[in-house]
Amino acid sequence: MLIDPMDTQLPAEPVKAIERPQIVTQSLLYLDGVSVSFDGFRAINNLSLIIAPGEMRAIIGPNGAGKTTMMDIITGKTKPDTGDVIFAGEVDLTRLDETAIANLGIGCKFQKPTVFESHTVEDNVDMAVKADRTVFGTLFQRRSAEIARRVDEILGIVRLGDHRKRLAGDLSHGQKQWLEIGMLLAQDPKLLLVDEPAAGMTDVETAATADLLKDIAKTHSVVVVEHDMGFIRELGVKVTCLHEGSVLAEGSLDQVSSDERVIEVYLGR
Amino acid sequence: MMLTRFLLEKIDRTGWIFLVLLALAAVMVPVLNLAVPPGSPFHVSNTAVSLWGKYMTYALLALAVDLVWGYCGILSLGHGAFFALGGYAMGMYLMRQIGPRGVYSHPILPDFMVFLNWKELPLTWWGFSSFPYALFMVALVPGLLAFVFGWFAFRSRVTGVYLSIITQALTYALMLAFFRNDMGFGGNNGLTDFKDILGFNIQSQTTRAVLFSLSVVALMIGYLLARAIVTSKAGKILIAVRDAEARTRFLGYRVEHFKLFVWTVSAVMAGIAGALYVPQVGIINPSEFSPANSIETIVWVAVGGRGTLVGAALGAGIVNFAKSWFTGAFPQGWLFALGGLFIVVTLFLPKGILGTFTDWWKRRGETREPPAGKAVGQPAE
Repeated sequence: MLIDPMDTQLPAEPVKAIERPQIVTQSLLYLDGVSVSFDGFRAINNLSLIIAPGEMRAIIGPNGAGKTTMMDIITGKTKPDTGDVIFAGEVDLTRLDETAIANLGIGCKFQKPTVFESHTVEDNVDMAVKADRTVFGTLFQRRSAEIARRVDEILGIVRLGDHRKRLAGDLSHGQKQWLEIGMLLAQDPKLLLVDEPAAGMTDVETAATADLLKDIAKTHSVVVVEHDMGFIRELGVKVTCLHEGSVLAEGSLDQVSSDERVIEVYLGR
Repeated sequence: MMLTRFLLEKIDRTGWIFLVLLALAAVMVPVLNLAVPPGSPFHVSNTAVSLWGKYMTYALLALAVDLVWGYCGILSLGHGAFFALGGYAMGMYLMRQIGPRGVYSHPILPDFMVFLNWKELPLTWWGFSSFPYALFMVALVPGLLAFVFGWFAFRSRVTGVYLSIITQALTYALMLAFFRNDMGFGGNNGLTDFKDILGFNIQSQTTRAVLFSLSVVALMIGYLLARAIVTSKAGKILIAVRDAEARTRFLGYRVEHFKLFVWTVSAVMAGIAGALYVPQVGIINPSEFSPANSIETIVWVAVGGRGTLVGAALGAGIVNFAKSWFTGAFPQGWLFALGGLFIVVTLFLPKGILGTFTDWWKRRGETREPPAGKAVGQPAE
């Protein structure tokens, strides 16, 4: 094959099983003592966070608290200066790039919806569905009945079935957000990272999105970064509040929102 | 079987018109040139055959550029380098064919080597007396250079204007290198005075007509190949990379592999175009590496319609036709006209001639018979 040598770097090397305590091996995502600075500014400062398999977690925090940087570290976009980022109890994410991390089963949706605007809605989902992702594989791949069924299923879940032949660029903002969530689902990841899914949505759309995420959380682990407290209340899950790059408080929404320091830095008195 | 299915499914109407016109040209031009007497109004002149043949190779080069730029967003300002390398490989074969018929009558060494007082054939020239070997090198040299260059560039995630600049530097560096006599490729003067190709006299009108037809066939095959790539699922990934590279990565696609693949295929296509160009113009020299050539190719593609394949080939034809006419009528004005054309196209026809025409055709169809049912109320595009 033409392009194989680079693939040799692909398989994630399992971190040596020795010094991993139980808490690491039983968690889906384990961040410990993670720090990263940009030009002297500490965006993430000794951050520790554990997501259990099947858990749904909401991350809140004021602007600049490091929410997006934390996502970037998990997805491989940013490399931390220090600290451990362990996925599924054994894979060191800091040593992998975005593609390898995506193929491990971590899907992400960024703040600004990014879909492939010059492709149809259907093709967007089709590209996301789990299948051979190599150059020569895709060159000769024909859409199998199984993939077609999966595409239909996803389009049904995100309610875009009637829009399948439209270009993704012609969708409304809310529809693009949904399409992106659909693409995320199509990847069938173990962990979904969703950054501000309700941004720019109407109240009705926001409520529908919360329902959709709750549905997804039944079968997947989900981390949601969100500003909208109403949306988080709707989700009804454990909340982590970040401030200046580390965890300020963690617990149920009521606990967190009654925390003195959280009120101080985030909610306001 | 697979080919028929491919032709029926993946070639659109524009593609069919393009292929049929090319097939007609491949047959009719040689016939009208060789069989119709010069006095007849249907006669195609010898100059026209050479000129059109040259345009066909330019069109293939434009197609190669469109494949990487139009579909994968890689703005190459150095594709002229791959074209010239293919041309040099063919030129070296043609030089070796001259044999003892050169000015200095040396049985093996080309004239310029005798002139430089060289005693033996450099390693780089070995094997070029064999046509199959030369053909192999026509594809291998540009392909390998593109592969190595792309490997480093795409892996280091060099994109956008930075990539364009280093492709420009690549072709410029090669130009300077090929200008040097001790590179062993004829220096300033390049390779010329070709006598024959596969035993056929390169000056004879029959050979020229055959070269024309071969160029057309190469363009047709190049189009089919490019079309096969862009209509496959891999082609969709290429467009995805063009529109949202980071997103494609996060979907789990290895973006650099897709870029490297299409980049290398494109370079090989450009090399083949160069190899067909050289016997028709009779010379290859380092000025073919000049950065201006590569930039001109970008203008052809932009004028014809980026990301349409057929448009790229069309643009190459139109711009070069205009160039031939202009340089005859107003020799000083051509570069101004070219610059003006580029500005006009960028400002008023961002989709190029073909893209604009296709849009207009679609709109015309829609106003005449309003679409039925649920299509109403949706944006036209």
